[in-house]
Amino acid sequence: MEIPYAVKPRPDTGLYNAKVGIWLFLASEVMLFGALFCSYILLRVNATDWPHHWLNIWLGMTNTIVLILSSVTVVLSWSELKMGRFNRYRFYQAITIICALVFLGIKSFEYHDKFIHYQVILKDGTMIDGHLQKETTMPVSWHEQPVIVDGKLPRGAKDTDMVTLDGWYPPNEGEVWNPPLNHEDKKIEIPANKIKFMENYGPWHTTYTAIYFTLTGLHALHVIAGAIVIFAIWGPLAKVWEQDPERYTNRVEVSGLFWHFVDLVWIFLFPVLYLL
Amino acid sequence: MQDSPKNGINWKLFLLSGLILILPTWYGFYWISPAHMPENDSGQGAGVDQLIIYVHILMAALFVGWLGYFFYVLLRFNKKSNPKADYTGVKNHASNYVEGIVAIFEFVLLIGFAIPVWSRAVDKFPSDKDSTVIKVIAQQFQWNGWYPGPHGVFAAQDRKFVTGDNTFGLDKNDPHYKENFFVAKDFVVPVNKPVIAYISSLDVIHCFACKPMRVTQDAIPGMVIPAHFTPIKIGTYQINCAQLCGNGHYQMRGTLKVVSQTDYDKWVAAKSKAGASAGGGYE
Amino acid sequence: MQPTTHADTHAHTSNHEEPGFWQKYIFSTDHKIIGIQYGVTALMFLFLGFCLMMIMRWQLAYPNHAVPVIGKLLYHVLGEDMVGKDAAGNVGVIMPDLYNSFGAMHGTIMVFLAIVPLAFGAFGNFVTPLQIGAPDMTFPRVNMVSYQFYFFGGVLMLSSFFIPGGAAKSGWTSYSPLATVSDMGQHPNGQTFWIMGMVCLISSSLLGAVNFITTIIQLRAKGLSWMRLPFFVWAQFVTAFLLLLAFPPLEAASVLQLMDNLLHTSFFLPTGLVVSGQALHISGGGSPLLWQHLFWFLGHPEVYVLILPGMGIVTEILACNTRKPIWGYRSMVYAVLVIGFLSFIVWAHHMYLTGMGTRIATFFQTTTMMISIPSVVILTALFISLWGASIRFNTPMLFALAFLPMFGIGGLTGLPLGFNASDIHLHDTYYVIAHFHYIVAPGTIFALFAGIYYWYPKATGRFMNEFWGRVHFGLSFLFMNLIFMPMFYQGMEGLSRRMYDGGATYEAAGGVVGLSKYVIGLNVPISHAVWALGLSQIPFIINFFWSVNRGKKVTSDNPWDATTLEWQTPTPPPHGNFVKQLEVFRGPYEYSVPGHSTDFTPQNEPEKPEPLTHGNPVRS
Ligand code: HEA
Ligand code: HEA
Ligand code: CUA
Ligand SMILES: [Cu+2]
Repeated sequence: MEIPYAVKPRPDTGLYNAKVGIWLFLASEVMLFGALFCSYILLRVNATDWPHHWLNIWLGMTNTIVLILSSVTVVLSWSELKMGRFNRYRFYQAITIICALVFLGIKSFEYHDKFIHYQVILKDGTMIDGHLQKETTMPVSWHEQPVIVDGKLPRGAKDTDMVTLDGWYPPNEGEVWNPPLNHEDKKIEIPANKIKFMENYGPWHTTYTAIYFTLTGLHALHVIAGAIVIFAIWGPLAKVWEQDPERYTNRVEVSGLFWHFVDLVWIFLFPVLYLL
Repeated sequence: MQDSPKNGINWKLFLLSGLILILPTWYGFYWISPAHMPENDSGQGAGVDQLIIYVHILMAALFVGWLGYFFYVLLRFNKKSNPKADYTGVKNHASNYVEGIVAIFEFVLLIGFAIPVWSRAVDKFPSDKDSTVIKVIAQQFQWNGWYPGPHGVFAAQDRKFVTGDNTFGLDKNDPHYKENFFVAKDFVVPVNKPVIAYISSLDVIHCFACKPMRVTQDAIPGMVIPAHFTPIKIGTYQINCAQLCGNGHYQMRGTLKVVSQTDYDKWVAAKSKAGASAGGGYE
Repeated sequence: MQPTTHADTHAHTSNHEEPGFWQKYIFSTDHKIIGIQYGVTALMFLFLGFCLMMIMRWQLAYPNHAVPVIGKLLYHVLGEDMVGKDAAGNVGVIMPDLYNSFGAMHGTIMVFLAIVPLAFGAFGNFVTPLQIGAPDMTFPRVNMVSYQFYFFGGVLMLSSFFIPGGAAKSGWTSYSPLATVSDMGQHPNGQTFWIMGMVCLISSSLLGAVNFITTIIQLRAKGLSWMRLPFFVWAQFVTAFLLLLAFPPLEAASVLQLMDNLLHTSFFLPTGLVVSGQALHISGGGSPLLWQHLFWFLGHPEVYVLILPGMGIVTEILACNTRKPIWGYRSMVYAVLVIGFLSFIVWAHHMYLTGMGTRIATFFQTTTMMISIPSVVILTALFISLWGASIRFNTPMLFALAFLPMFGIGGLTGLPLGFNASDIHLHDTYYVIAHFHYIVAPGTIFALFAGIYYWYPKATGRFMNEFWGRVHFGLSFLFMNLIFMPMFYQGMEGLSRRMYDGGATYEAAGGVVGLSKYVIGLNVPISHAVWALGLSQIPFIINFFWSVNRGKKVTSDNPWDATTLEWQTPTPPPHGNFVKQLEVFRGPYEYSVPGHSTDFTPQNEPEKPEPLTHGNPVRS
């Protein structure tokens, strides 16, 4: 049994099945991210402090360029395939996959940077903001957060433990989120028993970090999924090209549409999270 | 080829059970059920009741009309009495008129009743001066009432004051704090004077409902939502929680005691004196 | 005319090897097998959801009395945290936490694991491709995966009963902060399982929706233009769009709530929560209303997902058994499209009492009133279709006819809820329970029963027993009404829903104005009717299984003399469905066409009827 229009377009709709399918799927994805963006707006409207330029814009910018580049190579590879030039298709699509890996690499670096980035409030009210250093003797796990609340030390910590941060003393909460460009980081050693509150900038820290991790995390999952699909068509499934070039080209087109969507989401995410 | 069994008594059975059951119950229900509402003992609740009654008249008219038609059709157009179906069926456009009338009715109820009643309920608040102002703070599974006392001023409240024995986060150094007092579960208000209740919650979503006062308002943590009603009859009324709030939801009962103004003033004076020393926070 | 059977057709269709049992029944990619898998699984869940309610109704009728027999069983399975002792020391009292779990799971199971999979998954899968003359769904393997997601999601939900703390207990609506705060010390808890289960079910529905829409767009037979589609297909089409566009926001919401529960974010938790006298260590800054918006943005389209396939089924059966065309087919199609569109902009009518201002409330009650109009249009068209009919009262038709007034009651009682001023009195009372149960229980469930009796001969080649079908109908009809009608009274008087003790706490006593004894007392007859309804299903269950091998055999591929394409296949339809490719020449409901020799004219019968024995024209 053959399913009609699996490869050739249906005359009255002008589309083959998978293309209808992917557009519908993308419509649902629009609703998914749309709902999250709406949540973002609502949370932001309700918030008292909201960061500006708290994330590293240059990293974000690099990632934006990387993804735009990958979108271009996806289009190029598909058009090469349309003209029957399989090797050139492979070349461009290889660049796409490399772009995806670069993007994910930069993203994980940014994530890591936030998980070792701590806010510390001392018992006397002083605020310290900075990155955790190796010299720290207190046992700290990145996900058991907050590390210290109301001066209660984590399990296994001694009164004599020290926490070392590479950071600075922001005068108030607002400055934490909008650090002046000229502030200087230096090594700060803090005795654990002086700390009232200590927590990293994981999703739990504020609604901003929460929505940041959720949006970018979900987006990163899409990048991974897209890259796997593109790779699968590129490598393991390449023999379909010999048997049924039209089907193969359709697959590349459909995966390309998905990839464009993933890029498009980032085009929204970047200004929303990094710039505004 | 005809597999459908002969229809003997069965459609009659269907009809019979239908007639016996639905028509009278339903018809009866629609005349009786608004009467089943608890007596309205509030000033602003009349609008609610009117709307309910008018909608039900519309619904009853539609229902009875269609049901009459329905049973007529079942009798008239079954296979026995009408062996050959009519390809065209109804040719006129009566149904368009019915639909039009339904739409117009709904529109009238919307513009004439629903919107004005609602805007009175949520926008047109009586002035604080002429009303009894209280704060209602819900928590699992209790209604807390916070009264300002004789001078009508609430103490300051802030999250930073929250401690184990001061869960509302009251500023105990506020001069008005001494006059303020609290009740658990049992509220008292004077009759014939609007009550403004600022409703909030400490933990999860609850819903402040006093049916005879025709007031229902969700109590949502992080929000303070005012509601107003005017009791017009002395008596004690039940307050219930109308939003699932955990395993004690079903027991989250309170009472609203409506008393005369003089009784109320006496009660306030007595409570206010004891208030601060009785320790703020909840009991 | 003898029905064509699978064996007859095998010669033409294929020379492929007969697949093994696993291939054929468990990992099948055939839409009909998948439809039946959905159907049987969903019926089990329907039954299970009903069983939970039968147990809950004991507690409502006889608060704090041990449930006979089953109580002890539950005690051994779920432990003493969930099942306690009554005053006389008998084991078997449902505890409040268990009541809440059962309530939440009743709602979740009924909506997401029973009715949607049955109406959309089972009927949609089995009937839609047949009705449009397609050999299968466009993406058969995706179809299989949707079923597997559904099954896995269901298993996940159920397994949560057995974890410490028990299943989710914050209502099927899972309002935050309650959903985050309950069982907070326990991770993963029932709510986590609920969310994970929902994510599976949502994924399943999304894949299904993509597949259905693509199938309907791409695989319609030649000549089957949009206005020739059976209304059932239209209903499925709109339903699929509702699922496709409404579910993702709930998926987003589920992810956020999962983060709140596991990673201690505060999406739905405002600043300053104090739970049991303890300030929570959370960042705060979230919004409980955000959850409600996201939930009801799905929730309202979802209720139309529950009803539209039912309307589709009823339309098919009415047309066939009135032996005349559906009156106003076009207006019904437009109405269903309007419903689909409007259902996305009425959601906040579930939130009138969350402190909504006049302007927003006016918007939402206006749209709510608007959406009732297309429902009236559909119902009116169906009612008018009866005029001039020659009605055959067989079991499917009885259920389909009963659907009409039952949906009418449920729909009409939506109106006083839709006006926010009257909702002040009725919100979260049993009036709401009665409103929607009239739509989904004697409404949708009856439509689904009708569909089962109607298409059973196509799926199995045998009829279900007619006599027991009527018994099933009569009793179900009686008890459904005895159950849900009194709930209107209860609601009017102000009995709130989700009351563990059936409202006994709020009984008027000692001069306090409260619920009357009468209204609380109604719980008892209602519960009796529920159990009687349970017994009334026995004929159906036996009939359903017995008829597979013992029912009366069909004598034709088209036993009801119907016009739509699903009756033009062999019985049961083989893999690939149609023996020859079909061409469609007319609309779906050409019954009693004047001058035609029979009182039905199949869609694929050529204009100048050649003798059917020559077969249908084959498309090159
Ligand atoms: C399939 C399910 C379904 C359907 C179709 C509907 C249809 C409608 N619903 Fe309902 N509703 C629910 C399922 C459904 N609902 C559920 C599950 C809840 C509760 C959720 C929860 O809180 O847990 C709910 C709750 C609910 C509320 C919130 C109540 C509250 O919590 O306070 C409101 C308020 O506006 C509402 C309104 C409506 C309206 C106006 C319609 C309209 O679309 C109805 C239009 C139909 C008609 C107007 C009937 C037309 C028929 C005729 C005119 C013919 C009559 C003929 C005869 C009777 C013979 N519904
Ligand atoms: C589609 C949805 C749906 C359906 C069909 C039902 C069906 C029923 N419901 Fe339910 N109900 C809900 C959705 C639904 N419910 C929801 C969403 C809630 C709110 C939950 C909450 O508070 O969060 C609720 C709440 C609810 C309550 C209120 C509880 C409370 O507030 O405390 C009650 C009370 O009586 C109730 C009763 C019933 C009854 C008696 C049925 C009966 O009509 C059931 C009839 C079922 C059958 C007749 C089964 C037939 C099937 C078979 C016999 C299987 C055969 C099997 C094979 C052949 C394999 N329901
Ligand atoms: Cu508080 Cu329910
Ligand atoms: Cu709704």
